[in-house]
Formats: sequence, structure tokens, C-alpha cells
Amino acid sequence: MSATGGLTIAVPRGALFDGTVDLLAALGVDTAELRANDRKLLFEDIGVITMRPSDVPTYVESGAADLGVTGKDVLLEQAAQRPGEGGREVYELLDLGYGRCTMVLATQAGPDPALEALRRLGVMRVATKYPRIAARYLEETGRQAEIVEVKGSVELAPLTGMVEAIVDLTATGTTLRENNLVIREEIVACTARLVANRVAHKLKAAQIDALLARLRELPAAARGRGAGEPV
Amino acid sequence: MIHPIPSGTRDVLPEETREVRAITDALRAVFERRGYGEVYTPALEYESVLARADMAEARPAYRVFDETGAVLALRSDMTVPIARVVATRYAASAPPLRFSYFAHCYRGVRPQRGQPRELLQAGIELIGAPAPEGTAEALTVLCQALDATGLKGYRVGLGDASLFPALMASLAVPDGRRAQLLEALVLRDFVALAEALEQSGLPAPDIRLLLDVPQRRGGPEVLADMPAPAGEALTGLRQVHQLLDPEVASRVIFDLGLVRNIGYYTGAVFDVYDPALGTPIGGGGRYDELLARFGRSLPAVGFALGVDRLHIALAGEERGTGALLAHGAGAGAGAPDLAGAGETPR
Repeated sequence: MSATGGLTIAVPRGALFDGTVDLLAALGVDTAELRANDRKLLFEDIGVITMRPSDVPTYVESGAADLGVTGKDVLLEQAAQRPGEGGREVYELLDLGYGRCTMVLATQAGPDPALEALRRLGVMRVATKYPRIAARYLEETGRQAEIVEVKGSVELAPLTGMVEAIVDLTATGTTLRENNLVIREEIVACTARLVANRVAHKLKAAQIDALLARLRELPAAARGRGAGEPV
Repeated sequence: MIHPIPSGTRDVLPEETREVRAITDALRAVFERRGYGEVYTPALEYESVLARADMAEARPAYRVFDETGAVLALRSDMTVPIARVVATRYAASAPPLRFSYFAHCYRGVRPQRGQPRELLQAGIELIGAPAPEGTAEALTVLCQALDATGLKGYRVGLGDASLFPALMASLAVPDGRRAQLLEALVLRDFVALAEALEQSGLPAPDIRLLLDVPQRRGGPEVLADMPAPAGEALTGLRQVHQLLDPEVASRVIFDLGLVRNIGYYTGAVFDVYDPALGTPIGGGGRYDELLARFGRSLPAVGFALGVDRLHIALAGEERGTGALLAHGAGAGAGAPDLAGAGETPR
């Protein structure tokens, strides 16, 4: 039996990768190959598959992975936006604490161009990689917005005049500052979350609960406390 | 030349139809043997009639106007139409009444998720048989029907929709908090549940209890050392369990956090799991208050199986692959077939 009780875990590449691999190592998983080989996707010996964070809920929901780690930002973006709409059907088991960052609304420094657009044009244009979170937040705060979905560097959009504001995730705020953008509103704080497949949560309950218990026993440094309010 | 069909719908060609027919024949034989007469009802109903039930997330998604301007809706399940049939066509018949069905139902989908708009459901409704006996009969028919299809690894998660609300009431959780806690549970978000509990100002032991109980699942031992506040719902689950034959009882996993996203469930609720599929094959439960909304107050219980999901699970078991089998503990049968694993139900 492996260190994770024979469970398959979806591990996100990118910003959450190091924290997740450290966590696996703390659980006794041999992570040498995982750290060394960034092209391989499937690590059968240790029950790990790797993918981009936004794919983690997809693989976990289908049962291709029993457990997965992904950001709260990803879960919020894929969640049901209103009652009656199906969100991702996964269990959210634990706030892992690391990968802390904040979803913010930012605009160019100086007089807020979004306020001016709202006042004079009645609508603000907002670029984001999180169209559902952005639309819901602006709707809830009573502002008309035109959401422009972009895939790459969101900071470019207000600099070119395409939009007045952006909604994006920031950890340190450095990239925003370097692009002359200032945070106007904090929407929600996001951390890494442990999610589980619905069926695995029942049929592999003992292994999952054992893993959860070991995660909770890890020193607080390995997984901080506190998480954001849902938007 | 391409003539598309709507996403979430599909054509079923002879080879698949033969396999599906074998499954439905096996199910039908069990339903008939247990006295569940098969019924057909219209796929289109008056929206106002279907709206009598509290369908929550499973509410009808497709509406059309008829030639007089009345709003018709495509049914989203068979439980509500059968409740209507009982109230109108069996208004004076002595309970219990037993019905089975094989029918297409229609649900809204989110794009790009492989969700079906049109799904074939097979199920039963047992009307006028209260808990615990009625529940035990439904669970028994469920297991006999699944056995008849040849499905091997399935388990039935059994919970009670009233358990968590009862627990909140007995621990004097403020009224304003209850909806929030229940919503976190319905969304399967234990992180949000923990946060809401921490902000609630409840005593620490109560918080631990409200977080611990819905995460309990497993054999009868999860009922054993339960605290008094959860009493009545648990007594009900124990009674059902005692009425089950050993081979049915051995299939049951108690799941104290099980809630269904359909509003009309009142007591025992259950989901069917198989390791070859990452989503439940079907489910059901008690709906003791639904019939009253149609004018005939009778306790009732039923279940519905997704025939396509059952088909995928059977095929997965046959191949020895499928969602949780491919990498599961002790699976060890050759290289995991990633392409085939985690297939979403069609």
C-alpha cells in the first residue's frame, strides 16, 4: 500500500505544484520523480496524475482521480452561479492553506476609470480569466459590466484601453504595480483545497478519512488556517 | 452534410439497443415479479401540474405553448407524474400501490460537460407504504433489480434527509444559520460548513458534532456511538437496516451526510454507487409529503436508475476498468486505461 492508501490524486501544475508536492512528501510519498520530470503526466507508482489546476475538478468529478488539489478560484469559477444550475459535483474536504492569493478588481492608478465609465456610459468593461466570478460579483454589487474573457496577461487589457478594469488573482500585487494598476476592491481570498470524487468518498471512505486525519495532524506550517468568504 | 442533434441527446443504434434492452428486460422482470405494474405517462405535462412538486435542481427545463396558449413542460422525472396518476386515477384505491416505469426524462444541462438532456430512467414507486417497511421493500427491490442485470460491485449509500435539520434543531442552531449550513452540505463543501460553524457562535462541542456527523459514512458502526440529538432519524435508519435481508444489508453504506438536491424528499434517501463509475448510477428516497400536494396524502418511497449509467458501469465491470477501478487500491490489473477511465455518463 502506498503512502496515500492506494488513492489516485490529481496534482495541479503551476503555482500550487510546489506546495502540493511538499504536502505529499510530508505524507511520506516519494516525490523525487514528480519533482524531476515536468513532462510526465501519470505517476502510477505513487498514485499521482498531473494537470493544469482548472482541469482538476473535471478529472475528480469523473472519477479518473479519487482526490485532487486545486485553488478555490477554480472551484468558484466552476461552481453553480445560481440555484438550479449544476456546479461541479465534487466534495470540498479541506482548506490546505497554501497558495494564498486574492481575487481583486483593479484599474489604472489615478482617478478610477471604471467609475467614470459607469457614470458616463452606464457600463464598465472588465477583462478577466474568471468571467463567471467577475459577472456574479459585479451583479451582486449592482454594477452593469461588459465582461471580456481573455486567456493571457489580463494586465494588458486596461493598458491598451480595451477595458477600464480587470478581475484577477494576485498573490503579492507586484505584477499589478508594475503595470500601473491598483487594487480597488478585494473580492475573495483563495487557497488550495482538497476535493474528492463523490463515489470515491463513499467507496474509499476509510482511505480518504485516514489521509484527511494525517493531513490535519501535519504542522500548521504545512497547511495554514483560514479561507475566503464565498463571493 | 451534417444534420446535428441537440447536445446531450443521441441516437441509439441496434448494437447498443440490444445491450440496453437486455438491461431493461432484467430490471422489468424483477419489477413485475415484485408486483410493480409498469405505467406510461405523457412526456409533456401541464407546467402548473408539475410545479406542484418542489423539484429544486431537477425542475423541468423545457417548456412549450400548446395551441391554446397553455404552458406544457417536458417531465424531468417520473415520480411527480406518478404522484399525479395516483391522485387522479387511483383516488379511491386502497394502498399500497406499486408502479414501475421505463421512461425518458428531460433535464437542463451545462454545456461541455457531457450531461444528458434526455435520459432513460428505470424505477419504481411504492405508494402508501410507510417507513420503515416501505423503505426496506424499495431497497430490496433495488438490489434484486441490480443483481438481475449482473452488476457486481455496487453499494447503496443510505442516509436520511431529515437527519441534519433535526440535529440543527436539537442543538438550537439559530434559525438564520440553518439554511446556510444546509446549503454548504448540499454543495458538498465541508470547508464552507466549517467556516459557517465557526462564525455561528455555537459551543465548540456542538460545532464538532455538526461537522463530524455529516462526514460519517460506513457500516452500521457509524450509527453506534451517535449522540442523542440525532435520535429520531437514526432510529429510522436502524429500523430499516434491521428489516433488510443480509445480502441487501451487506450492500448498504450508511451515509449520514447524504442529502438529495430534489426538494420533495422527506426521510430516508439513497444513492447507488459502483466502482466502475465516478457518479451515482441512481438514487431515491422517501417523499411522504408529495402525494398530499396532489390531493391524496400517502407516504411513499421510490428509486430511479439511469439506464445509460448502469450500462456504462456494467461495461466497466466487464472490462475491469472504469472510473475508480483503473487506479484503485489493489486494482493492479495491467496499465490504467486513462482514455477509458472517467468516462462521463452520456
